[in-house]
Amino acid sequence: MSCTAGIDVGSTYTKAVLLSEDGQLLARAMEPTGFKLGVAAERVLRRVMDQRGLVADDVRYIVATGFGRHQVAIGDVQVTDLTAGARGAAFLFPGTRTILDVGGQTMKASRLDQRAKVRSFRLNDKCAAGTGAFLEKTARYMGYSTTEIGPLVATSKEAVPISGVCAVFAESEVINQLSQGAAPADIMHGAIVSLVGRSLQLMKRVGMEPEFTLIGGILRFERMADVVREQLGAAVNVPQGDLVQFVSALGAAVLGRRRLRQLAQTGAGATA
Amino acid sequence: MAYAAGVDVGSTQTKAVIIDESKRILARSLVDTGANVTRAAEHAFQEALQAGDLREEEVEYVVGTGYGRYKVTFGNTQVTEISCHGRGAVHLFPNTRTVLDMGGQDTKAIRVAPTGEIVDFCMNDKCAAGTGRFLGAAASALELNLSELGPTALRGERPVKISTTCTVFAESEVLSWLGKGKKTEDILLGVHQSIAQRSVGLLRRVGIDPEVTFTGGVARNLAMIAALNERLGLTVNVSDESHYIGALGAALFALDHILASRAPAKAGQEAS
Repeated sequence: MSCTAGIDVGSTYTKAVLLSEDGQLLARAMEPTGFKLGVAAERVLRRVMDQRGLVADDVRYIVATGFGRHQVAIGDVQVTDLTAGARGAAFLFPGTRTILDVGGQTMKASRLDQRAKVRSFRLNDKCAAGTGAFLEKTARYMGYSTTEIGPLVATSKEAVPISGVCAVFAESEVINQLSQGAAPADIMHGAIVSLVGRSLQLMKRVGMEPEFTLIGGILRFERMADVVREQLGAAVNVPQGDLVQFVSALGAAVLGRRRLRQLAQTGAGATA
Repeated sequence: MAYAAGVDVGSTQTKAVIIDESKRILARSLVDTGANVTRAAEHAFQEALQAGDLREEEVEYVVGTGYGRYKVTFGNTQVTEISCHGRGAVHLFPNTRTVLDMGGQDTKAIRVAPTGEIVDFCMNDKCAAGTGRFLGAAASALELNLSELGPTALRGERPVKISTTCTVFAESEVLSWLGKGKKTEDILLGVHQSIAQRSVGLLRRVGIDPEVTFTGGVARNLAMIAALNERLGLTVNVSDESHYIGALGAALFALDHILASRAPAKAGQEAS
């Protein structure tokens, strides 16, 4: 079976997907990025191939994306995470005009034209208070791990106001709230509200317009999408389940598939 | 003989100083602030009394300062830490025109008049970058004690360039440098240089007028002093009392009060 692969080397996780020639998502896998970026990328590619019993020759084209794309030796070509995210979002939701992508150490907003080209973008990777790291820190100050954020915040009824100015200084704010009897779930909810507030600022700066599509690892917390919906006062597209974490990898594979077709056409032209 | 006291309730540590009428320091104390700010202030004051072999009644006036100054319930009045640091620095180094105070959770640049009055100041208290917390993050990433940071950094020869601003991201950057095989001392030298660079940026906003006096808990760190001297191209004043300068300034304000309250009484006696 021939297919294309997309590998997204993110700040926290490395993701890979396989896409068939007719556009079916064949396999997906994820590994912590760690400090040896090449190792994570190779391992994750091996895993998706194993899932389908494929060999190297079956994977006709590999596109790498994400912040660590240049440190990865595998891949026929590299594309920016903005381009890959745009392609992936438009593949799943063709009407997408604005994307919010929240990852472990970055937050990006971009506006697309009708052909899924990025027209404008803003990003934050300088301050942890505007990224998923803020939620991770908030959880840790209360003794919860990252995997517990979703279930924890699902029980919240009302958000406790959290200023969200600095992920380090949030520690004293969280401790103060706890000592005043606030529930950890409500504090976590407050941290999400604060993070979404920052997201909306980025989205405004790219001149957002519907449809809105939310992607990135942090969107696996359903509450995050709920709060975006509330604050935006509009409907949003969210890829189902853990697919939300694979949208950029998917976009990279979609670009690979297109490239493969172009190559086939020029190849056919040359022989004619 | 009348005695005056200053209690500086900092975000991390609480300091108390007792002086006599000739402005000589009789006693000092240092305790962790912890969660109960009022108790920390009382504790610090009692320890200073003990150290100076004084009774509480002998101390005529107490001034509270620092972020928790309003919790110094036994104090007679409060003065901002900006004023106290300016006053204390000019007392120890009369030619001081610029003060850099680096504490656990904030960094302040203060410009003072020859009288010790504040001309201008600038604070970094919204973001942990460039504060003592940045060193704390590096220490925990490298599994060192805070007191080991300076001596280790002084052994560095080829400093790494720390590119992240945010304290949260710096922690992962430190680990990634370790992963790339850099020496701990070179990483730490880079960390100190990065904080020095941010501090000098803060100082420039109030204007750098020599002499510059370096105060606060981080002023005990020899590598930080060296990094500042190199960046500024001058030698900063550092006193053994650096840590206590806020409390000393508060005690000096307390003494002013004692002396001022006597003056009208004397005038009254002379008139009668």
